[in-house]
Amino acid sequence: MIEIKDIHKSFGSNKVLQGISGKFEAGVTNLIIGGSGSGKTTLLKCMIGLHHPEEGSVEYDGREFTTMNFEEKIEIRKEIGMLFQGSALFDSMTVEENIMFPLNMFTDQERKEKLERVNFCLERVNLEGKNKLFPAELSGGMKKRVGIARAIAMNPKYLFVDEPNSGLDPKTSIVIDELIKELTEEYNTTTIVVTHDMNSVMGIGDYILFLHEGKKFWEGSNKEIAHTEIQELNDFVFASRFMKAAKGKF
Amino acid sequence: MNFTNFGRYLLLLKAVFRKPEKFKIYLKAIFKQMDFVGVGSLGLIAIISTFIGAVMTLQIAFQLVSDFIPKTIIGSVNRDSSILELSPTITAIVLAGKIGSAISSEIGTMRVSEQIDALEIMGINSPGYLILPKIIAGITMVPLLVIMSMFLSITGGYIGGTLSGAVSPAEYIQGITTDFNPYTIVVALVKAFVFGFIITSVPAYEGFYVKGGALEVAQASTRAVVVSCITILACDYIVTQLLL
Repeated sequence: MIEIKDIHKSFGSNKVLQGISGKFEAGVTNLIIGGSGSGKTTLLKCMIGLHHPEEGSVEYDGREFTTMNFEEKIEIRKEIGMLFQGSALFDSMTVEENIMFPLNMFTDQERKEKLERVNFCLERVNLEGKNKLFPAELSGGMKKRVGIARAIAMNPKYLFVDEPNSGLDPKTSIVIDELIKELTEEYNTTTIVVTHDMNSVMGIGDYILFLHEGKKFWEGSNKEIAHTEIQELNDFVFASRFMKAAKGKF
Repeated sequence: MNFTNFGRYLLLLKAVFRKPEKFKIYLKAIFKQMDFVGVGSLGLIAIISTFIGAVMTLQIAFQLVSDFIPKTIIGSVNRDSSILELSPTITAIVLAGKIGSAISSEIGTMRVSEQIDALEIMGINSPGYLILPKIIAGITMVPLLVIMSMFLSITGGYIGGTLSGAVSPAEYIQGITTDFNPYTIVVALVKAFVFGFIITSVPAYEGFYVKGGALEVAQASTRAVVVSCITILACDYIVTQLLL
């Protein structure tokens, strides 16, 4: 479980996050949603230590992360897997080398064992046999899946996913969403997905935290989100014509 | 480099020299970078050094118009100029353009495409993993390239001088072997070591802190070459002042 308490973050005079708190349980898919510029990605980066919040705390199963020193943070990060918005695969490495990279760095396994793990991860994301391809040879959806395979290579306790559906067609988006949900339930990971994709919200949002202008406006599940009276949330959720038309059917 | 940048550069270097996560992986990266910095630059440095040596000989011969000055002096001047100044500095300036821009754009692209963030999230010390192998390759391969450059520059002088008739082979050989002070080699190698460090660490710094996209990566690459060249020239003066 990850708990954040009263997170504040500013860039110059721009207050991006203003007192965000929330609890993200293991084994369920936690979503952070909000419009562009609402502070979703900044919150995610504060949680994983790429940004340093001015105030507040981030606890990984009771372990306070923000006050840890470099070496202690490294230990927590070994338990984290992350899928970046642009996949962030290493261009100079093949798919196999990308997935094997954390294993090479942090385990003393034999190459055969590592290769077995790589093949298992690739199988898990339905990319068997793509070991020798380079990132430049992959489609957007395949890159995301390789990103997921790399993220789960070390059996992470915590999985962070930043905009998993950006640039993907609706069908591939659903495949990625379902994969994230399956992995979360199968390995009981604490999964946090940053998204503004309403298909993801309605499809996999077990717990949803809605940000608006750097503040937490609402939290709940995908079952509850369609019935809220909060204007800002309704404006966000039912912004598209399709969602407006479907409003009464949820 | 203003003071803020210099401070950030020192902090980056502190992170670069943290204990590696796995020495074997770093060793592999070091050899890869040595190949890139050293072997990859052999041809270019060889061509430049040979021509510079040849041109230097012709120009020294052109300027020595007095009959009272023996022609053997052409070899001596070319030897000392090549060893002390031309080989270390020209090699470093050329490498700052070739290697520096490549390092800056490689690391800058990794920064803007979140690959550096990915390394950090995995728990890897990204400055160490990305920059340390490059610095080690720089401080080991640049001195070797400079040694090769000295040899080729002096050889180029021989070829240029004898082909043009500016100096006879015997006079040139006598010139390069007379009054040779081995300490000049030490000075040149100290310079090469310092330049190797600058050529790799300054562009790495410029690339590591890029913010934005392709345009900013290109700007960082240009800045890396400019700052490296100026720093090389400043350090050239300081090392020369200290050691000679």
